[in-house]
Amino acid sequence: MSTLVALLLPFAAAAIAPVATRLQGHRAAWLLAAAPAAIFLHFLSMLPAVAAGDTLNGGVDWVPSLDVRLSWMIDGLSLAFALLISGIGMLIVLYAGGYLKGHPHQGRFFAFILLFMGSMQGLVLSDSFLTLFVFWELTSVTSFLLIGFDHGREAARRAALQALVVTGIGGLALLAGLLIIWGATGKSDMSGLLASGEALRESPLYVSALLLVLGGAFTKSAQFPFHFWLPNAMEAPTPVSAYLHSATMVKAGVYLLMRLNPAMGGTPLWETLLPLFGAATLLCGALLALRQTDLKLMLAYTTVASLGLLVMLTGLGSDKAVEAAALYLVAHSLFKGALFMVAGSIDHEAGTRDIRGLAGLRSAMPVTFAAGLLAALSMCGLPLLVGFLAKEEIYAALGFADGWTAALTVAVLLGNAAMLVIALNVGLKPFVGALPRLPGQPHEAPLLLWLGPAVLAVAGLLAGVVSTPFHRWISSPLATAIAGEPIAIHISTIPHLGVPLLLSALTIGLGICAWLASGRLREGVASLLAAIGWGPDRGFDQAMRGLIRLSRIVTGVVQCGRLVVYMTVTFIVAAISVLGPMAASGEWPAWPALPDLYFYEWLVFLLAAVGALAVLLARSRLTAIVCLGIQGFAIALLFMLFGAPDLSFTQFMVETLSVVILALVMTRLRLLPTDRRPGPHKIVDGAIAVAAGVAFGLLLLKVTQVPFDGRLTDFFNAYSRTIAHGRNVVNVIIVDFRGLDTLGEIAVVMIAGLAILALIRIRGRRIVAARREA
Amino acid sequence: MRTLIFRTAAPYLTSLMLLFSVFVLLRGHNEPGGGFIGGLIAVAAFAIQGIAFGVPEARRAMRFHPMAISGFGLFLSAIAGMVSIVFRVPFLSGLWWSPSLFGVTVDLSTVMLFDIGVYLVVVGSLTSVALSLEEREEP
Repeated sequence: MSTLVALLLPFAAAAIAPVATRLQGHRAAWLLAAAPAAIFLHFLSMLPAVAAGDTLNGGVDWVPSLDVRLSWMIDGLSLAFALLISGIGMLIVLYAGGYLKGHPHQGRFFAFILLFMGSMQGLVLSDSFLTLFVFWELTSVTSFLLIGFDHGREAARRAALQALVVTGIGGLALLAGLLIIWGATGKSDMSGLLASGEALRESPLYVSALLLVLGGAFTKSAQFPFHFWLPNAMEAPTPVSAYLHSATMVKAGVYLLMRLNPAMGGTPLWETLLPLFGAATLLCGALLALRQTDLKLMLAYTTVASLGLLVMLTGLGSDKAVEAAALYLVAHSLFKGALFMVAGSIDHEAGTRDIRGLAGLRSAMPVTFAAGLLAALSMCGLPLLVGFLAKEEIYAALGFADGWTAALTVAVLLGNAAMLVIALNVGLKPFVGALPRLPGQPHEAPLLLWLGPAVLAVAGLLAGVVSTPFHRWISSPLATAIAGEPIAIHISTIPHLGVPLLLSALTIGLGICAWLASGRLREGVASLLAAIGWGPDRGFDQAMRGLIRLSRIVTGVVQCGRLVVYMTVTFIVAAISVLGPMAASGEWPAWPALPDLYFYEWLVFLLAAVGALAVLLARSRLTAIVCLGIQGFAIALLFMLFGAPDLSFTQFMVETLSVVILALVMTRLRLLPTDRRPGPHKIVDGAIAVAAGVAFGLLLLKVTQVPFDGRLTDFFNAYSRTIAHGRNVVNVIIVDFRGLDTLGEIAVVMIAGLAILALIRIRGRRIVAARREA
Repeated sequence: MRTLIFRTAAPYLTSLMLLFSVFVLLRGHNEPGGGFIGGLIAVAAFAIQGIAFGVPEARRAMRFHPMAISGFGLFLSAIAGMVSIVFRVPFLSGLWWSPSLFGVTVDLSTVMLFDIGVYLVVVGSLTSVALSLEEREEP
């Protein structure tokens, strides 16, 4: 299977998902999970090459004329992400099969989640900036669909819109950042950029590029102060939370930072901003997590904290920090995905997710309990589990070298202790103690529901116990790709005495104390937040309301809804835009010599002039309309006399229909039969009309006086017969040479027709309604 | 407007104008004419029908809703452009086919199909506007 097939397979699976679900019900999950499974095996086969230090590049031409390629680049970083996305994706599809069993829109759900999987996979494999950006935006759009899946509820719609707005704005920032990088280095793909990072770091545009890229990464990865959308996204069904909001989508920002680290990292700005925002996010997420009582919301806030930790480690950039980031990235995906699924299973079977009412489920749900406990211990960072390796490396990377790292160490210590509290709350608390009265009848979840968490939890255990092959195949190539230079990770699960272990012990002690007092802690945090009283979530609402108010004001000014004003503005602008440049450049047309015409030509000319004059003098509007028609017919005659039969023909028909339609409009709109504008108004309108008329007259005169460029005429005359088989050059141009223009024009004609029809109907309905009331 | 003379003459006028509009449409490639002008003539024909016999009668005579005719025209034009993709030439390239029917060579082309689409769009959109303006305000 080629990588191109792997890239497109999720989209193909999404296309058949609704049909498969209609035929097979929730059992379609087994069939659909085959797509991510195949992709997983495909990437697994690349492990030896990538572990040996190779980077696999490939691609196909997408739009060759614009030099756009769909290209991919597979190194340790992309491969680790691709394996997580396809592996966890497979488990999530199965889990969703059980979780949404019998849901009327389960097929749609499968389609959305597979679409998302394809987008995310494309994002982490992309080489060219354009492909990266397209997939980046696709993840935003598909996550919008997934968060708003339960679209009957107001909260879900709001959360979906919020996520789309925040990540969409970030996406635009990223686009600008990528374009600046492209401009500064001349490279439009990652592999090229990574080879010329020096040029980018020394470029004067570095700071703006960095800030814009950070804007994209921070919004996507929910960094403070953009963290608020992620907990709100918990409105989505649990499989979505487990997949998008722990293992994959929210890590896209972290992925981007890791990807760009060799090219953009290592500068003082990078090493300040990332740890600063990362630490702020860590503390903020940890603090907010302690307040929650809902299992999913607790996990969501610890995800925010974990993302902060990852950003911080990426920003530090030392070898140890990169190792820690690599290990924590994998560990977090495994334990957080498992815990989300466990929380979903508890909700599914016990009927509640409120931690205060949950206890004693261990005998009812033994497998779920085992998986949850194992994942929770990994999150706590206890030995034997991969979470332990990650935490040891984090503490080894920080230490107390100076005030800055000491402050970060304290932040990480507090954050980790809070995460331990949440881990025990989700993985232990619901299962121990006496069984209370619950809304549902708790019993073991079906195979589809416990398979996912069990596999992920066991994977976390295996990675911790047999750490040597894990480092060799996964984490060392991952760290190498992040650092941009070879790194080999050696840490094993056997504890070594030292500062990191001491800090670990301190974390665990602190965490357990906090867990025992978690009820009081929750109240404390809640009252603290109540005292602050404002958060970015409310700020988002205020910003949206402000935006709507602003657009209402602007629309009120620009679109007043009165035809008179629109026409006045249009004609004034037309007159100025023609007369202005002429006056500025002084290029007035020369006064033309009196043409030598036959008397009947003069007669037609006179007819046109009389028609125009009669329009001005006409008492009633109907007469004016007819006089306008006379003037138009005279012009059509002139066209005929001067050898433009097509134009003349059209002009005749247009004039006829204009008179008919204008007369109809007049009766329809019940205009007064005569014009009753006050005198000054008439003078102003007259001045505008004269200005516009003079402007176009002068323009036409000028156009006829510049030397005529006959190249197009010659071309059409020469080829109309030979290529397009037509003697009527005008029509051949319309339907053949410039056919695309005509296609656009007839589309406009049709849309205008529809719009007019709608306007007439609205008016008709209003009148009918008014009569009924009367 | 419903005088006896007008009502007697209207059917002949309408049918002649419609016939003439098709003639203008088809000769457009070599002589003055074409889809746009032909369409305008047909609109005038339908407008006369509407004024003489009332809008419901004109709508009955047209069988389809004018906007549907317009939509079909746009569809036809787009399809005419896409035929060329099958032959691996760029979108909207003119393709010609000259079969011999009873010894007479008839030139058929995607360009003609495109022009018929233009004709239908113009007829549909403008007739739709004209007829709904003619309609009385009661539903």
